[in-house]
Amino acid sequence: MLDRLRFPQPWLSLILFVTWQFLSEGISGASVVMGLLLAWAIPQITEGFWPEKPAFVKARRLPMYLAVLLWDIVVASISVAKLILSPRQPKPIFVCYPLQLEHPLAISILASTISLTPGTVSADVSDDQRILLIHTLDAESSEEVIDAIHKRYEKPLMEMFQ
Amino acid sequence: MMTIALYITIAMVTLAALLNMYRLIIGPDAADRVLALDTLYINAIALIILLGITLGTRMYQESALLIAVMGFVGTVAMAKYLKRGSVIE
Amino acid sequence: MSLFSEYLISGLLLIGGAFTLIGALGLARLPDFFTRLHGPTKATTLGVGAIMLSSVIYFSSTDQGLGISEILITVFLFLTAPVSANMLAKAAMHLGVRTTDSTEGNPWEQ
Repeated sequence: MLDRLRFPQPWLSLILFVTWQFLSEGISGASVVMGLLLAWAIPQITEGFWPEKPAFVKARRLPMYLAVLLWDIVVASISVAKLILSPRQPKPIFVCYPLQLEHPLAISILASTISLTPGTVSADVSDDQRILLIHTLDAESSEEVIDAIHKRYEKPLMEMFQ
Repeated sequence: MMTIALYITIAMVTLAALLNMYRLIIGPDAADRVLALDTLYINAIALIILLGITLGTRMYQESALLIAVMGFVGTVAMAKYLKRGSVIE
Repeated sequence: MSLFSEYLISGLLLIGGAFTLIGALGLARLPDFFTRLHGPTKATTLGVGAIMLSSVIYFSSTDQGLGISEILITVFLFLTAPVSANMLAKAAMHLGVRTTDSTEGNPWEQ
């Protein structure tokens, strides 16, 4: 019986608990009990969907990464806005980006980052998880895009995960 | 001052919703229409929040949260349908 | 409400509205599906984020407590925008959506 009372993913449980407190109207006994129940039950139910445990090696670098990302999102939106408002036609490229990351969670974080930043949307990952297909809205050459993404986002992620 | 800014913003978001409607109607592909719907629900969230500020009440924010959750699930289901031909395999 | 927060709220509202409008303009104006994908994922998400932020500031400056649900909505939108863009791009590649003539490279199919 007591074996069941475990939290296989403490971070996920913590996030669920805190989110539930935010969603309820003020913190009360009921919301704490319900939050604990959800924090226990949801990781148990969804355990099959996590192929391997997310492994952060250096999680303390994450806030810095998020700060850079937030700034880039603002810059990205301004540059996309400029392009939309200017009358010239954009010059889109499909870029095949060679991935050096191996962890699935790291790849999905990189793909989400790419979708939110300057003129790039990640479209697909190849089946062997080696190549990421990226659509860029307006770029000079694919080498330039690959270089920029590698320097700015993949390096810090590699340091975090390996 | 703030009231004027609020009205201008509501006008801009409404115009944005109309432009999304335009894309929703002319298409040309199913994927374009789903993208237009996706943008439309995000604009609806913005309008609900603006309505909340105009009326000075917090009551409508729960519905904005619900639209955010349901809209995302809807977009993913539609994209999956377009790709696979079924939502649940 | 202080004058400063009023200016701040007005500015954020106008910025948010402008970005939302630009995102929709991009959706209506750009030539093919993949370029259209860029407007909503970036401009609209940031625009709605700015409007949410102004709402948070407004309700905290009128002493109605901190707006947790707006922050939750904003975080949720920022997390889901790339995912839905990615799903739609995959669907479009599967459907073989036409790309503009100036596009370099091809979407691959597997």
